[in-house]
Amino acid sequence: MASSKTTRGAEVGEADGGKQPMEKSVEKSATTAGAGHPGQDLAGLEAGLDALDAVQTKRVSPTEVLVQKVLPPIVAVVFVLALWKVLVLAEVTPDYKLPDPGLVWDSLRELWLRGELLDIIWTSVSRGLFGFLIALAIATPLGLVVARVKFIRAGLGPILSGLQSLPSVAWVPPAVIWLGLNDQMMYTVILLGAVPSIANGLVAGIDQVPPLFLRAGRTLGARGLVSARHILLPAALPGYVAGLKQGWAFSWRSLMAAEIIAKSPDLGLGLGQYLENQRNNSDMAGVLLGILLILVVGIAIELLIFAPIERRVLRSRGLLASAH
Amino acid sequence: MSPALTTEKDDRASAAAGSPGSAGAAGSVSIAHVHKAFGRPGAAQPVLEDINLRVRPGEFVCILGASGCGKSTLLNLIADLDEPSSGAIEVPAGRPALMFQEHALFPWLTAGKNIELALRLRGVPRADRRPRAERLLELVRLSGAHGKRVHELSGGMRQRVALARALAQDSRVLLMDEPFAALDAITRDVLHEELTRIWSETGVSVLFVTHNVREAVRLAERVVLLSSRPGRIVREWEVDIPQPRRIEDAAVADLSVEITEELRGEIRRHGQQ
Repeated sequence: MASSKTTRGAEVGEADGGKQPMEKSVEKSATTAGAGHPGQDLAGLEAGLDALDAVQTKRVSPTEVLVQKVLPPIVAVVFVLALWKVLVLAEVTPDYKLPDPGLVWDSLRELWLRGELLDIIWTSVSRGLFGFLIALAIATPLGLVVARVKFIRAGLGPILSGLQSLPSVAWVPPAVIWLGLNDQMMYTVILLGAVPSIANGLVAGIDQVPPLFLRAGRTLGARGLVSARHILLPAALPGYVAGLKQGWAFSWRSLMAAEIIAKSPDLGLGLGQYLENQRNNSDMAGVLLGILLILVVGIAIELLIFAPIERRVLRSRGLLASAH
Repeated sequence: MSPALTTEKDDRASAAAGSPGSAGAAGSVSIAHVHKAFGRPGAAQPVLEDINLRVRPGEFVCILGASGCGKSTLLNLIADLDEPSSGAIEVPAGRPALMFQEHALFPWLTAGKNIELALRLRGVPRADRRPRAERLLELVRLSGAHGKRVHELSGGMRQRVALARALAQDSRVLLMDEPFAALDAITRDVLHEELTRIWSETGVSVLFVTHNVREAVRLAERVVLLSSRPGRIVREWEVDIPQPRRIEDAAVADLSVEITEELRGEIRRHGQQ
């Protein structure tokens, strides 16, 4: 023991001055390792273990994606259309209540040929997305503060959760009285619907951050805002993204409620107004078209924007089943 | 608990400033009369009682004990994640590196970026981070793993990346809290060898907590046995077996038997109370 102690002492002394302990001692380890089992052995053993234990990442082929992901929804849609057609052919109800799918298609074509289709969709989508972005800008700091400051959480937490269960249609009448029939009113209704759900998502995401990450961050020297930026927010990202998805759904729903209820020539023609106009014209094919468009646009935005973000976040962390 | 023993947290600062009066030489850890209790004052449960320990620069010390001996609490105190109820802890300038039983790597970063984050939080300039991270990965023999995601690595590889991240702090002291407890026996054996090699290459002081007697004897220059509830230092052994050792060595087994007897005696005491 005495001899081994002195060598250790000497080495530390050198490391103190030289500050290059790593390179220097490689030769040392080579000599000591030569005594019993060569260092080469250990390296080889380790490489073998790594190869045996390494997690295999399987790439999914395009055909598999087609069969597993794309085909089922197509089959489902075809099934619904077929059922619809059968009900129409069986004349279960007069056709002013359930028009032929073909008539809905005709309404769509007509709207397209008049050049109004994209305008109507864009009016609603631009409102929805812009409102969503404002909601995002408000809800993110709000969620952070609610999650991290105990007093604010005790006060605002229950209100935020409660607001989430309040149907946003309920905000339309007060918003009309406060702001009149204009775009501001629409955005207000969107915000009241989307802000609580985005903020709640962030709060839930932060609550689920394993305390171990925060401890590990602290030992690495991350505190306060640095810790929030490098540890807390990235760790809470999956919950936050789930909140964003839900926030978009709430934005879109709130907006449609506002568009259906609030009518004014000052407001451009959006999907909600289109739907309400067709009801006034007793044009059931148009009404169904309106509903389908609202549905399709909502799904499309989720699939095109939010689903890829969520998939990326989850896959990079190994949280998606398909990553294995 | 004596009220005369006051917390002397400021010692860290003075040690950092190189005050000549401080007891700890550069690179050593010194723990003097440390008590730690949890709970309300009055009804506080003592977890650590009068811990006195010095880790010399470059020394490898294993702290051994059954559950409830406050091993992890002691490491948290040294790592400044918690405050002692009384007593003084001195560590070398800079924050001690700490490695956990769970790898605690951040899953949103690649293996290399985990190490680079540690370098960044330490203030290493951007241009230096990548090459340094590569060198550290080389040190733990994971040269090709820079771009690998945490979930793509095996348990042993994760702990090696965690070790590299801890070493990135360039601390004179490495605290390890049962870092290999969750690994299979083959991998653990290899990592023992790896840790011994890296310890002798870097000259870092290691304070290694475990409940595995053989692991302690396999690795340490000195084994410290803690009693449970509250944790108190019961006995110390200098391990005279020359490195490189193997966990199967007869000398390792002999000392392990002796230490295990003592540990069992400690545990039995709790059944009699």
